[in-house]
Amino acid sequence: MKHTLSVLVENKPGVLTRVASLFARRGFNIDSLAVGTTEAPTISRMTIVVSADETALEQITKQLYKLINVLKVQDLDPEHMIDRELVLYKVSALPERRHEIIEIANVFRAKIVDVGRATLTIEATGTGGKLAAMEDLLRAYGIKELARTGKIALARGSRDA
Amino acid sequence: MKMTGAQAIVRSLQEEGVEVVFGYPGGVVLPLFDALYEAEGVRVILTRHEQGAAHAADAYARVTGKPGVVIVTSGPGAANTVTGIANAYMDSVPLVVITGQVATHVLGTDAFQETDITGITIPITKHNYLLDRAEDIPETMAEAFHIAGTGRPGPVLIDVPVDISRQEIDFSYPERVHLPGYKPTVKGHAKQIHQAAELIAKARRPLLYAGGGVLSSDGAKELKELAELMQLPVVTTLMGKGAFPEDHHLFVGMPGMHGGKYTNYAITETDLLLGVGVRFDDRVTGKLATFATKAKIVHIDIDPAEIGKNRSVDIPIVGDAKSVIAGIIGELRKMAAGPKTDAWMRVIDDWRGRYPFHYHASETSIMPQQVVERVRELTKGKPTVFITEVGQNQMWACQYLRITEPRTWVSSGGLGTMGFGLPAAIGAQLGRPDHMVIDIAGDGSIQMNSQELATAAINKLPVKVIILNNGYLGMVRQWQELFYERRYSSSTLPQDCPDFVKLAEAYGCFGIRATTPAELDDALVAAFAYDGPAVVDVRVEREENVFPMVAPGGSIDEMLGGIPGGPVSEMLDSGLLEEVWE
Repeated sequence: MKHTLSVLVENKPGVLTRVASLFARRGFNIDSLAVGTTEAPTISRMTIVVSADETALEQITKQLYKLINVLKVQDLDPEHMIDRELVLYKVSALPERRHEIIEIANVFRAKIVDVGRATLTIEATGTGGKLAAMEDLLRAYGIKELARTGKIALARGSRDA
Repeated sequence: MKMTGAQAIVRSLQEEGVEVVFGYPGGVVLPLFDALYEAEGVRVILTRHEQGAAHAADAYARVTGKPGVVIVTSGPGAANTVTGIANAYMDSVPLVVITGQVATHVLGTDAFQETDITGITIPITKHNYLLDRAEDIPETMAEAFHIAGTGRPGPVLIDVPVDISRQEIDFSYPERVHLPGYKPTVKGHAKQIHQAAELIAKARRPLLYAGGGVLSSDGAKELKELAELMQLPVVTTLMGKGAFPEDHHLFVGMPGMHGGKYTNYAITETDLLLGVGVRFDDRVTGKLATFATKAKIVHIDIDPAEIGKNRSVDIPIVGDAKSVIAGIIGELRKMAAGPKTDAWMRVIDDWRGRYPFHYHASETSIMPQQVVERVRELTKGKPTVFITEVGQNQMWACQYLRITEPRTWVSSGGLGTMGFGLPAAIGAQLGRPDHMVIDIAGDGSIQMNSQELATAAINKLPVKVIILNNGYLGMVRQWQELFYERRYSSSTLPQDCPDFVKLAEAYGCFGIRATTPAELDDALVAAFAYDGPAVVDVRVEREENVFPMVAPGGSIDEMLGGIPGGPVSEMLDSGLLEEVWE
């Protein structure tokens, strides 16, 4: 089962290495990882998506807490979180087919951010399901390159404020 | 007060009350060694290899309870401490390792003797630091000592670029550290402590399973009080030896792969296993699916990640062993609970009588077990610290010595590091100058750090190295005999190369050899009486095995060798069975 962990860490050199190497050496798989500073400049938030059963998740959480630079680990409740990912798609788009692709982008509320002679680059944000549906449609035109940020997420409401 | 970074590090060591530092100088750590040259109250022990320094500091920490300190140079110096750091990490020993590093402006350029030691040691340190400002030195040093010595102890490494140690700073040592992400839970949860006490009060076949955590928390007194209050039998792990007196009638041996049969039977039959400061290590549990299946499990440990890691538990208690045991005693007293283990102890005593460790003595060959027994008898009542190397020597030491005091047993547990014993003996001797320090060694292990005989000789540290010389990597040979059709691939070492007596003498130590049982006692007595480091080359029976033994991956109640046993029901008279088994 997939879990979205929101991990607050001290913004110090090597923290990402410590977290990533912990996952690797303890045999836990990271599906995605996104990291950036929070409202406090000394603290960063890592959003880590892992596939793990309850026992493994408990071990991951406890091992993370053993890292001195880790301040808080939250397993976000999928029902009560906002999660987003940003993806850039560079799609093959000869001038005669651009229109169709732009239409798809519009339906998914994505933006065309670059136009080349034979490509369109689309910026899309959303949840995993939406992005997967869009990617599926775009594949028919040929996705030449793709970059994604990894999921970021926050718990809903003011529980942690 | 103005001083250089190097002086600030030394000053911090003094603030922390450090009396001994183990180390080896080199290019980029010279400012630090220069500052140590005139440091008041800090003795520097120059080992002959950085690995030796790390193991010596490790053993110093184990026998004193204070963090061991290592100072080495960058690159190869730092890399040579890696095994020592990994050893301390696996056995939860507090170390502060300070490594020199190339100057900040060349960091990352593959400069001479540069190695990314913080990167290398992330998996084997509790925490580590790469300093980039000299102003951070006092705070970092204070944090390092705090992290190393509190919670579940462990090694902390500080990497110090040479330009940082030359910079001048205004020194002031912090009174307390600020570590928002590090708050070990010391006090156990009151409700869980109460529940554990209730289970103990009701249990008919309870068993205390105590490990290194009891020693780290200095909780041996409380453990004994709990055991005696409820007459609970106690097993101690290899790391827990000394946490409970091994000559006590409630002591039921060491469990696991080379533990006592009676010990493993007790674990298999217990209805309440109270793990204290243990981690259900595979060498103890054998096959997890058949380990203590009849028992409810209470697990007390300061490291929450150990609880439920290998074995699911009924009552988890995160906390310091000493404090939690004291809490349980308090609850039991409140309940006015009393011992109910009379019948259970009779069962255990019956097993103990039937399945003792045993070997066949010989008139012509010295048996390795006999050597350990003679060492035990000749040191009885005298303050002694026992060290081991790793392999058969270590297991026979576990089986035949009687450790009665906390922090007088030092052995490489989790990592199983050959070469640990001699440098460990040196560290232990510095920590316990009034004790005789004896390293039970093997001819393989001792050769991995035999250069430290020089350290012992030069510093007049009268450690006694008793080599059980069988001309093999004995434990490897034993596995090859049992599981690889006696194909002794790369496990034979000529018994007379090196000549250990001459080797000892070359370093200025006393050397003596025993080849027949008649010579054994004289050699041991001469070595013990010698006023300085001594090596006894004991030529033992070459192909003796350590028995009993749980086959790798096997159930702990099915042991190879030793005195044959049967199903528990056949072993006991029916009256006893009815009394303690439902």
